[in-house]
Amino acid sequence: MSEFSSFLLGTTIKCIVVIAVLIGAVAYTTWLERKVVAHLQIRWGPSRVGWHGLLQPIADVLKLLLKEDMTPGQASKFLYVLAPLIAFVPAALSITVIPFGNVAHFGSQTVRFQITDLNVGILFIFAVTSVGVYGVALGGWASNNKYSLMGGLRSSAQMISYELSLGLSVVSVLLVTGTLSLGQIVDLQGGRWFGIIPKWNIFVFPLFISFFTYFVSAIAETNRLPFDLPEAENELVAGFHTEYSSMKFGMFFLTEYINMITVSAIATTLFFGGWHGPTFGPLWLRGILPLFWFVSKIVAFLLFYIWTRGTLPRFRYDQLMAFGWKFLVPLSLANVVLTSLVVAWRA
Amino acid sequence: MQTIVFFIFAFIAVAAAINMLVQKHPIHSALSLIVVMAMLSIFYVMLYAEFLAVVQVIVYAGAIMVLFVFVIMLLNPREESHRTRQNRFLLVAGVPLGLCLMAEIVILLRRAPLGENETGRQLVGTTEAVGRVLFTDYLLPFEFISVLILIAILGAVVLTKREL
Repeated sequence: MSEFSSFLLGTTIKCIVVIAVLIGAVAYTTWLERKVVAHLQIRWGPSRVGWHGLLQPIADVLKLLLKEDMTPGQASKFLYVLAPLIAFVPAALSITVIPFGNVAHFGSQTVRFQITDLNVGILFIFAVTSVGVYGVALGGWASNNKYSLMGGLRSSAQMISYELSLGLSVVSVLLVTGTLSLGQIVDLQGGRWFGIIPKWNIFVFPLFISFFTYFVSAIAETNRLPFDLPEAENELVAGFHTEYSSMKFGMFFLTEYINMITVSAIATTLFFGGWHGPTFGPLWLRGILPLFWFVSKIVAFLLFYIWTRGTLPRFRYDQLMAFGWKFLVPLSLANVVLTSLVVAWRA
Repeated sequence: MQTIVFFIFAFIAVAAAINMLVQKHPIHSALSLIVVMAMLSIFYVMLYAEFLAVVQVIVYAGAIMVLFVFVIMLLNPREESHRTRQNRFLLVAGVPLGLCLMAEIVILLRRAPLGENETGRQLVGTTEAVGRVLFTDYLLPFEFISVLILIAILGAVVLTKREL
């Protein structure tokens, strides 16, 4: 087999596996969310379908697939159908540059647990996710519904505003690591200081500030509570996806959860050492353990997401904008200056 | 292989550009323009300029066009009921200007050093190379542009918020 065709085959297999795992993960993230929020509110949550409601996501997907798919009469048909796709594709694309495991050896085969390591990896993610705004904005506009339009407008304003602090908080990580490739950023975080503290970026001096600004803006970017203004149900019915039903709504839903997972994966990669963790045992276990560490870190972030959702009330819209522009952006700018000073002083 | 891919995307780019002019609704035009931007970014990738490609998408598709779409959505204009009046001025000035632009592009293409070796071309577009050139050879123009942009930002603030 030639080099090109084996590359093509390998990448295709990786893509299929990653997308399948991702969609499965989304299904069980919804289960986790419902279960954890229920317990936070002293309820049981899903408990009828399967053991502890474990089959509930499958039932939900079946319900979504079988529901009637309606298109409002006054809607702009083409854009109405296109919008969920525009939202979904970038969300799925951005996972391709994230490294989720070390290079592993299975017999004679060498597998790299990353679809592709671009040398502009982190910028690629920003480029791709910035296109995702159109899905939400157009979905709101094409439905020809006032609430949807308001949701779409709010969401595009919110996402543009918080993209700024999101990008700026990543700049300081780039200043410290000196590379845009996510694979290299993870490689640089291997090893320990004094034999105990792992060399994760979060423990490098000013980077915990950028982690804070990153994660807060990320919650706003993914439209999650307490920043879920685009779909504030007591003001806007359901925001930009009010008119969507069946699998088109399912696409928006899927997008939101994929974005949550992606954002957690980037946070893990940039600040928490990616797949680094203690490895031991035989060779195959050493190959698998990084995957396990990576997934557990993501699950920790997802639990944090759900915890915030169960705890904090929603912001008012002017508070949201003021918080973004008057607090997060100046803070992340100051952090860039501080990090540059630290880097220059060390050099 | 690369030529085939180039022609596929070039066809899409030209089709989207024409579609932008033909469409009656502003939002459809804006979306076609976004498709053109995305295709341009693919051409940059094919020229080994990954940094430029990604920045093209972030700045144009991700920021500028979002504002366009945002404003169109906010104003919510209807479809153009009648085409803009065929202005004679457009014909008199537009055609020669278009030909001028065409001639400029042809002259530039003639002058461009196309015969360079493949590895040399691969090293021009990386982030490191772009950064190094910006902060050494073109430092003064680069700083001038940032000052200009700063002035534009201040102007926007002054225009929109008259009393602070």
